Amino acid sequence: MSHLVSLVFLLPLLIFLFQGQLKRITALVLIFAIAITSSYLAFQVLSSGVDVRLTIPLIGQFILVFDNLSSFFILIINFVVITGALYSGSYLKPYIETKPNISFSLHYVCLVLLHFSMVLVCLAREGLLFLTAWELMTISSFILVAFDAEHKTVLKTSISYLIQMHIGLIFILAGFFWVEKQTGIFGFDGLPAYFLKYNNIPVFLLFFVGFGIKAGFTPFHTWLPEAHPAAPSHVSGIMSGVMIKLGLYGILRVCTCLHSDFTTIGVIILIVSLHSGIYGIMLAILQRDIKRILAFSSIENIGIAGIGIGTGLIGLGESNLILVILGFTGALLHILNHSLFKSLLFYSAGTVYWATHTRNIEQLGGIIHKMPKNSIVFLIGILSLCAFPPFNGFVSEYLIFYGLFYGIQSSLPFHIILFITSIIGLALISGLAMFCFTRVFGLGFLGNPRTKYEAKETDFSMLFPKILTIIIIVSIGFLPAFFAKAVSNVVMNSFTLNGTLIYSPICFCSLNKIALVSGIFVIISAAVLLIRYITLKNRKNSFQPTWGCANPGVSEANQYTSTSYTSEYSKLTRPIIETIKDYDVITEDEIFPKKRKFKFRSIDRIKTKVVDRFSLSFVSSLRSLARLQTGYMQHYVLYALVFLIFMIVITFFNII
Amino acid sequence: MLAFILILTVSLFFTGLIGRTKSIFSGRKGPGILQPIKNIILLFRKSGVFSTSSSVILQIAPSIAFGAVLTAAMLIPFSIHGSLISTHFDFIIFICLLGLGRFFMIIAALDTGSSFEGMGANREAFYGMLLEPAFLIIMASFCIITGTYSFETIFYTIGQYHIEYILTSILAIFVFVNIALVENSRLPVDDPKTHLELTMVHEVMILDYTGFDLALIQLSNFLKFAVYGTLIANCLIPAQWNIGFQILLLILIQALFAITVGFIESFRARNRINKNIQYILAISAVAFIAFILALIVNKHTI
Repeated sequence: MSHLVSLVFLLPLLIFLFQGQLKRITALVLIFAIAITSSYLAFQVLSSGVDVRLTIPLIGQFILVFDNLSSFFILIINFVVITGALYSGSYLKPYIETKPNISFSLHYVCLVLLHFSMVLVCLAREGLLFLTAWELMTISSFILVAFDAEHKTVLKTSISYLIQMHIGLIFILAGFFWVEKQTGIFGFDGLPAYFLKYNNIPVFLLFFVGFGIKAGFTPFHTWLPEAHPAAPSHVSGIMSGVMIKLGLYGILRVCTCLHSDFTTIGVIILIVSLHSGIYGIMLAILQRDIKRILAFSSIENIGIAGIGIGTGLIGLGESNLILVILGFTGALLHILNHSLFKSLLFYSAGTVYWATHTRNIEQLGGIIHKMPKNSIVFLIGILSLCAFPPFNGFVSEYLIFYGLFYGIQSSLPFHIILFITSIIGLALISGLAMFCFTRVFGLGFLGNPRTKYEAKETDFSMLFPKILTIIIIVSIGFLPAFFAKAVSNVVMNSFTLNGTLIYSPICFCSLNKIALVSGIFVIISAAVLLIRYITLKNRKNSFQPTWGCANPGVSEANQYTSTSYTSEYSKLTRPIIETIKDYDVITEDEIFPKKRKFKFRSIDRIKTKVVDRFSLSFVSSLRSLARLQTGYMQHYVLYALVFLIFMIVITFFNII
Repeated sequence: MLAFILILTVSLFFTGLIGRTKSIFSGRKGPGILQPIKNIILLFRKSGVFSTSSSVILQIAPSIAFGAVLTAAMLIPFSIHGSLISTHFDFIIFICLLGLGRFFMIIAALDTGSSFEGMGANREAFYGMLLEPAFLIIMASFCIITGTYSFETIFYTIGQYHIEYILTSILAIFVFVNIALVENSRLPVDDPKTHLELTMVHEVMILDYTGFDLALIQLSNFLKFAVYGTLIANCLIPAQWNIGFQILLLILIQALFAITVGFIESFRARNRINKNIQYILAISAVAFIAFILALIVNKHTI
């Protein structure tokens, strides 16, 4: 029997046997199979509130636990992976001629494996199984990122991604080992016992760094802006939409095991999240590559969700139930919302790249004239991301704001200062997000084309997954109370306060009012548009060139560029973000200046000053070790001899 | 309902009063108070001229922005007479709706592919981003001193004890006046009468609008002024007064607000563009002082 079960895990390898479109169809079937089984169980758990334990007999016994938290994450994973897999077909079509068959097989096998491992990460409690799933997730996503590995930069970024993920793995491993040494249980089940007896902070910090690298909190974010643009768009959508959320899942899972020190840990998470949020979006504004902008904005959104988690934890510390419910519900809902609109944005940015072969907004412009449907999809994603009603991003940001404003009623001055700082921070984040995405949409999608590029509207197969996502986005926007209640149930079943289950003291009635306001807004706008249409229909409307100060020679090159759009901003942020202008100065003896190049780029100081410096010094210390590698056989034999003698000596003295 | 009707009524005369004040101070005969309304009626009757570079965004943006401002106006109460819709933290919805309107006007400006409009667009986005925290800090300080969470309950409590809260209210009024000036692109941040595109903020964004759309844009600006004027009045109107006197005081305060704006525009020069950021950050700083004051007041009253 156990062998039969293990055969199931080999099914993805079938993809290697098929040809052409059958590969994708097999992958889709497998993904649907995983999604339907896991979603069925997840729904059952979420509706009944009772955990389900499955025992899988496979090389020993593996126990999978469906509880509320994991079921919530599984549903998100399933949805985003399905839309990603549906989207992948058309996106990869142009590569069929240039790529060998094997790389397609590998890609689809890894897509299935990524889905499988992400679901497994949510279900595994036992350390070895969890780490195996975590590692499988890393490796399969590495292969997916490296799809375009003929390009040197893609290969380099994907290897650097692999290395950074393993640094995270070391921290998680260290955390598990530490807990195992004290409690004898290897895995999440050992954590409650450990936290009951020993100091929480060191172990929590180990897990926080380990999971934080996956989630992309600053200063561990450096892999995100490199890996996302390198990967194919559906992979970036899946990675940014759900994979980085599993870092947050890990942090939440550790938080559910805590018994004390909630406030300290909450404050740590809140401060790191605020920094991630503001720093992420500040850097996003200065980028020109659409997918890089989206990657930086993922860091921002992880920060927003983190603010919610921090608020919830501080609420647990203060025994303030309203704060707990609002913080965690806001965070989880934001995780759901971000996975929806970010995957949507990655898919439509990918469609732009697919059609125009460029991601640089300086070279685009006027996409809305050539790809109207895709542009409107992108606009909906942006509106949701910038937290505007009636879309879903607004609901979760409202809940987090609600929690923060509620928090400033606290009696502790430190908490008041912390919450008001978070309010200012969150307001700044949403303002900066608006600045960032008006730039992307206004300069990349509107106006006149800045360079000559070919683009045509895509077919329905590429649009369909986006429409699916939009339906959910809008339904969360108009039924916020329903979704918030469902999510708050997850929170209530996952967290305990002094050993007792928590209940929700609020009814989310205000969310119904929000939906009402959204509805009124939509009705008024639609009515105004209708009146406008009727009045203007019968009049002689005309089309004229854009006003250019009576200068008829205004061309595409005279449009505002993305660099000029941010010039005032980059002046203000110079103390924080370094921007570099590379150009040759025109000397006095150069009477007729030659054609020259101007380069403008921004520098992520955390990357250059902290991460790069550390890794470079590490590499150079390794280089000094390389002196042992002389290339002479005699020396190597000598090393072996020295080692043997060393072993004999230490066993002689009973040291080991 | 009363609040909404009052806002709509006041908004019609607001800009006219500003213009009238300016004309009196500069010694001109000047247009009447109803001139802006006449202009708008004229604009509504015109046909449209659209940029050839533009897309559907340019056409829908003014309507959506107007819808957003009108919906935001529904959230504003009048003293103890509630707003049309009220809920916990409705000021967050308020600020997001105004942000949505701004967002659409910005992308509409970029839609024309103009060489100037990006200038106004990026300034508008930039100033808007810096304004939001100031507004939220003021609302947070109101939340702290009153212990309540919505426009309606906050201003209800402020009206009841307006003498005790007068210091916070004064700072809040200062912040609201300045936010209104920046939001509506008035002096000292932006000069609506300037003729140089390079120094414009709001005006340069709407260069390519005419007719119906321009009328909607101007109407939304009137509305925004009246909304902020009502917020200012709410900080001052005592709840115990008869409703007639309250309405009278509201109209008086709104008129005073309009005259102040006209006064500022008559006697102040526009800031240098790069000084604007400091000016807006100073508003946030004042808001923060109000917050600290609120904390102190709160500790004494409890």
